[in-house]
Amino acid sequence: MVKMKTLEITVGAFMIAGIAALLMLAVEVSGLSHICKEESGYQIKAEFTNIGGLKVRAKVSVAGVVVGRVTHIQLDPESFNAIVNIKIIEQRAPNLPLDTKASILTSGLLGDNYIGLTPGFNDQAFLKQGDLIEVSNTDSAFLLEQLISKFVAGQASSNAPPSKH
Amino acid sequence: MIMSQVQGLGRIGIEVCRDAGVAFFLLLTSLIGRFNFVKGFKRLVEQLYFVGVLSLVIIVLSGTFIGMVLGLQGYTILVRFGAEQALGQLIALSLVRELGPVIGALLFAGRAGSALTAQIALMKTTEQLSSMEMMGVDPLRRVIAPRFWAGQISMPVLTLIFNAVAILGGYMVGVEWLGVDNGAFWSNMQSAVNFKEDIVNGIIKSLVFGTVVTWIALYQGLHCVPNSEGIGRATTRTVVYSSLAILGLDFFLTAVMFGEI
Repeated sequence: MVKMKTLEITVGAFMIAGIAALLMLAVEVSGLSHICKEESGYQIKAEFTNIGGLKVRAKVSVAGVVVGRVTHIQLDPESFNAIVNIKIIEQRAPNLPLDTKASILTSGLLGDNYIGLTPGFNDQAFLKQGDLIEVSNTDSAFLLEQLISKFVAGQASSNAPPSKH
Repeated sequence: MIMSQVQGLGRIGIEVCRDAGVAFFLLLTSLIGRFNFVKGFKRLVEQLYFVGVLSLVIIVLSGTFIGMVLGLQGYTILVRFGAEQALGQLIALSLVRELGPVIGALLFAGRAGSALTAQIALMKTTEQLSSMEMMGVDPLRRVIAPRFWAGQISMPVLTLIFNAVAILGGYMVGVEWLGVDNGAFWSNMQSAVNFKEDIVNGIIKSLVFGTVVTWIALYQGLHCVPNSEGIGRATTRTVVYSSLAILGLDFFLTAVMFGEI
């Protein structure tokens, strides 16, 4: 049998290796440190007529720079529009103009949906915690199926025999 | 004729139920209150060395090679679609969610589970356990409980080490050898892996597997037929039953954890 002291030392080293592995998985692999740093932020809402395939935790970007995440998606019971809650990270985008436009975009041809914000020109009033981007200021998801069906319908009507004038 | 067959069936049923009950009480008594962590600390450390530290070599070696194989196979397929940037995410997700806990537990069953069964079965065969009882020492507290807790503690630790080493192995092959971009490898991995959903669920899986493997090993050891053939059979049964239990439970755990997307 191994001596008690060396035995305890090896078990201690084993435990330290385990903790080091957990730390590596947390920091390097899942990027937990970024999430911890990004804690402070403010929530805004945006109303869309159709969000397509948008999911919770999708990114929110301004000019391609990620400034926040989608935190919650629900249906407005009266207007039947989708209300998307967005968390903006304070230090990345502290002042977004009140007339900012939100649109749902797709990364690549088949990629995930994300929200792109286009800042407006109002430099007096800024979006605060709990503010809503109205449905008139948002662009809904670009649905390939709808586009195709519109295109096909357009083709069909242009191919139709010309009406007599 | 028919009656005797019915009787045989009934006997099997009763035996199965009794065994299940005995095994359940074994788990319950090992889990609740039987083990004093302060007084039994020395024995726990001894078992941690035996179960955890000695399994480290096989875990680290197989982890490295599995990570390297994942890197190589993933690269050859992803590069066809020009998506070799996603290699990090492929390696990390498949390891953290599935391969790490499952292969770690299978190796653990083969390396530590079978050894535990053989130890306890030999103790039973040479009547060490009954002599302990004669001396008024509770073998459940003295022999079984430290081994149970050692298995329970070392399984998640081994899985974490397996995951970390395998990801480094995949990094070695993917980035150092095949030339995937270093930054893309890690940043894609970080954006795809979620700490709560992937890593913590993997740890929960390995905890469950650790419990099941040590439970089966200790039960098979305690209830073997006390002769040399019985010890051999009990050891075989430990490995077979644990492997089946790991693979079966993995499906259910996956369905519960990642089923609804």
